Amino acid sequence: MSLAPETTAPRWIALWPAGMLGLFFLVPFGIMLAVSVAHRDMGGFYTWAFEWNSYARFLSAFFGKVMAVSLGVSLTAGAICVALAFPFTVFLSGMGAKAQTRVLVTLLSVLALSEVIIGFALSTILSQTAGIGNIFYWLGLIDAPQAFAPSLFALILGLCYIGFPFAVLVLYPPVSRLDPEIVEAARVMGASGPRAFFGVIVPNLRGAIVGAFILVFVFTLGSYLLPQLLGRSEHWTLSVHITDQAIYQSNLPFAAAMSVFLMLVALSLVGLASLAGRDRGAK
Amino acid sequence: MTRVLKTTYVVVILLMLLAPLAVVAAVSLNGAQSLRFPPRDLSLRWYGELFQQSEWLVPLAHSLIIAACAAALAVVIALPLALYAWERRGLMARLLTGLGLAPFTLPPVISALGFMIFWMTLGGYGQIYATILSHAIFLVTLPLVTISLGLGGLDRALIEAARVMGANRWTVFRTVIAPLLLPYVISGYAFAFVLSLNEYIIAYMVAGFTVETLPIKIFNALRYGYTPILAVVSVIFAALSALIFGLIGKFGNLPALLGAERIGK
Amino acid sequence: MTELKIERVRKQFGSFTALDDVSLDIPHGKFVCLLGPSGCGKTTLLRVIAGLEAPSAGRILVGGEDQTQVPTHKRDMGMVFQSLALFPHLDVADNITYPLAIRGVDKATRRKRAEDLLELVRLPGMGARRVHQLSGGQRQRVAIARGLAINPKVFLLDEPLSALDASLREHMQIELRQIQQRLGVTTVVVTHDQKEALTMADLVIVMKDGVIQQAGAPMEIYHNPANAIVADFIGTTNLMPCTLEAGAISALGHRFEIDPRDRINAPQGAAQLSVRPEHVALVTPEAGIPAEVTFLRDLGESLHVIAQVGDHEITAHLPPGTANRPAQGDRIGLSFRAGERVVVA
Repeated sequence: MSLAPETTAPRWIALWPAGMLGLFFLVPFGIMLAVSVAHRDMGGFYTWAFEWNSYARFLSAFFGKVMAVSLGVSLTAGAICVALAFPFTVFLSGMGAKAQTRVLVTLLSVLALSEVIIGFALSTILSQTAGIGNIFYWLGLIDAPQAFAPSLFALILGLCYIGFPFAVLVLYPPVSRLDPEIVEAARVMGASGPRAFFGVIVPNLRGAIVGAFILVFVFTLGSYLLPQLLGRSEHWTLSVHITDQAIYQSNLPFAAAMSVFLMLVALSLVGLASLAGRDRGAK
Repeated sequence: MTRVLKTTYVVVILLMLLAPLAVVAAVSLNGAQSLRFPPRDLSLRWYGELFQQSEWLVPLAHSLIIAACAAALAVVIALPLALYAWERRGLMARLLTGLGLAPFTLPPVISALGFMIFWMTLGGYGQIYATILSHAIFLVTLPLVTISLGLGGLDRALIEAARVMGANRWTVFRTVIAPLLLPYVISGYAFAFVLSLNEYIIAYMVAGFTVETLPIKIFNALRYGYTPILAVVSVIFAALSALIFGLIGKFGNLPALLGAERIGK
Repeated sequence: MTELKIERVRKQFGSFTALDDVSLDIPHGKFVCLLGPSGCGKTTLLRVIAGLEAPSAGRILVGGEDQTQVPTHKRDMGMVFQSLALFPHLDVADNITYPLAIRGVDKATRRKRAEDLLELVRLPGMGARRVHQLSGGQRQRVAIARGLAINPKVFLLDEPLSALDASLREHMQIELRQIQQRLGVTTVVVTHDQKEALTMADLVIVMKDGVIQQAGAPMEIYHNPANAIVADFIGTTNLMPCTLEAGAISALGHRFEIDPRDRINAPQGAAQLSVRPEHVALVTPEAGIPAEVTFLRDLGESLHVIAQVGDHEITAHLPPGTANRPAQGDRIGLSFRAGERVVVA
């Protein structure tokens, strides 16, 4: 009967975002789920049905290889990124506020760059005419200027390039919240620099590191352009195959089934990452 | 490790990140239609070319229109969502927040395919508004995160003080919450703008053949061989991103926006 | 006349009772302090008066009008928050005249009012400053000026001086009281600092566990506490179990005749005896309660003697320059001054 304390925003305010996200995110999602079990129609696109044919195609050797390449490439890139990014983030969070802002601006600018620009930049630097091939030749390391792309090496380099800023930004909050006094305490008690790093910082942030690794892994898993620009066709990832099926093979049910599968993989990994991040240190 | 070694490590990695861009910037200065490094016959000729060729200007205009509208729509969706979830702990608030965070967390190809099939079914496929709406939903996460951070840092006593002094809900929002939240709204808009500008796969799958954006144009052009004009576009895009984030860094508290707690302004 | 009436107010947070059947009558123009330990419900009561919390039961009346169903923003009150809650995006003058601006008062009137209020809180000419350019004491004054801007029906302050250092706090207590007296506004202050309450208030209300323990003038509360909780919370006191009989009190193995000026606030039987340290005198062991000096604390302005009687510790405050000053370990006698003994339930 008495007056309820007023909240800042009325309840109905949620209707608009709920409606927009429901209509333009949940509905597309539902349609995609429906299409993934639809029947592929050679002439048109598909006819509504309920069959598992598209999912059954996962069991082929070809699809197994695609999955293995996708996962292998992303795992490698994720591991390299986190290994490089963790010390980077720790050192970064020890810098002054102004220096941190400058580094963060650089990282964000690189992160925001379109994959197509990164792919173009890297293939230029790895090309025969302009890039490291030229420098190696000039240094006498190789006999003739040589191109390093397309190759598996170039692809992983590219994925590391897009993954690194992302890894730093994911690691940045937990790392910058770690009490610097625990490191100082370890130093006062006689731990050397590297020992304090591996004995105090790393164990305290283990959850955050695992979480960052998984998130970078999912992030690179979604890469679509780099495999085409820097790798060969045998290095194509699931993202490329999904697009290829949807647009060039006109096989929407199979593309949708692959998306659902990729989403399940990504969701379970993100869930795992948030569990790992919760465990400790990352408070 | 000493301070010098730490700084060296950070600087070396930053240089490695910037190296490809530096090469691209240098290549863009080639006089002839070839990608040579170091560049020969230095000239700004290709920068002039870009702004005369409609085949590049049209995608540039598309990209800017889409980014400006999509980022605005993303903010308009994220702001009420953040306000609603801010003071509520219930299932609905958590579900909506999760829904707002999901699009950006999943690999973009999933959303892209979802949007493509959706617009094909509804008939917006190939239209610029479809790209705008799809980008807005995909990027809603960014303003949602920045605005929620801003709300989290708001002293509730300010709102109670305004109410005791006679402000009703709308006046509280207009005179207290909105001005204090503005920097976070702007940075959320800027994040969404830059990412929309650079986004490829959703734009491609929703309307790639009719509404060409700049990333799509670059990728298409790459198939016909590399020209310095690609380098020019890349340089302009990288500079634009750096400028926008630089402005956020200068006028806002970027470390706090990205989740650091210990750094004051 | 805007007297404030609180009628049988209850406030439940889940299973926790923050306010339990609280009733109060505060006459127009009085300065009231809600005093109590943290968690006693005093801030909740203030927020219920302001309308920031809805009571689970009961009514709030201002000038005879029921305010219980009136939303906060229509109650015409002024409030100073513990964090002050000054708006960082507005300058000092705009902060002070915020309540006028949202009531549509024109700019010239607002400017004049801001000048007057700044004069009142002794910050003349500071209107154009930003909040972050002010010192702690200056912010305090701005918050007070803002709370008074609309001549509120009731002026509420939640621990307003807690962020200030000790000397500035004492100064501000006096100033706040003087401003209130000049304006004659009904004022309610929440504090956990009993000195603050004694300095400023016409009426002190001691709360604990959501219940009003005693309401009265400061010196009445000090000299005549209604129960052990009030006696213990206001000032320092020696509290010990006693037995009350007709005409006599037994405590610490001794029996005292009751003096007509002693205050007996408990029925006969087991009770508590409260004696202020300044009313404990040192005598020979034979003439009083035998005790042993365990510690001496010389503060210059007074000498605190802490003595052990069985399981009990009794503190005596002696004036400076006391003759035959005891030493630690001395055996002494304690006597409680007749007429200054209080028996509470």
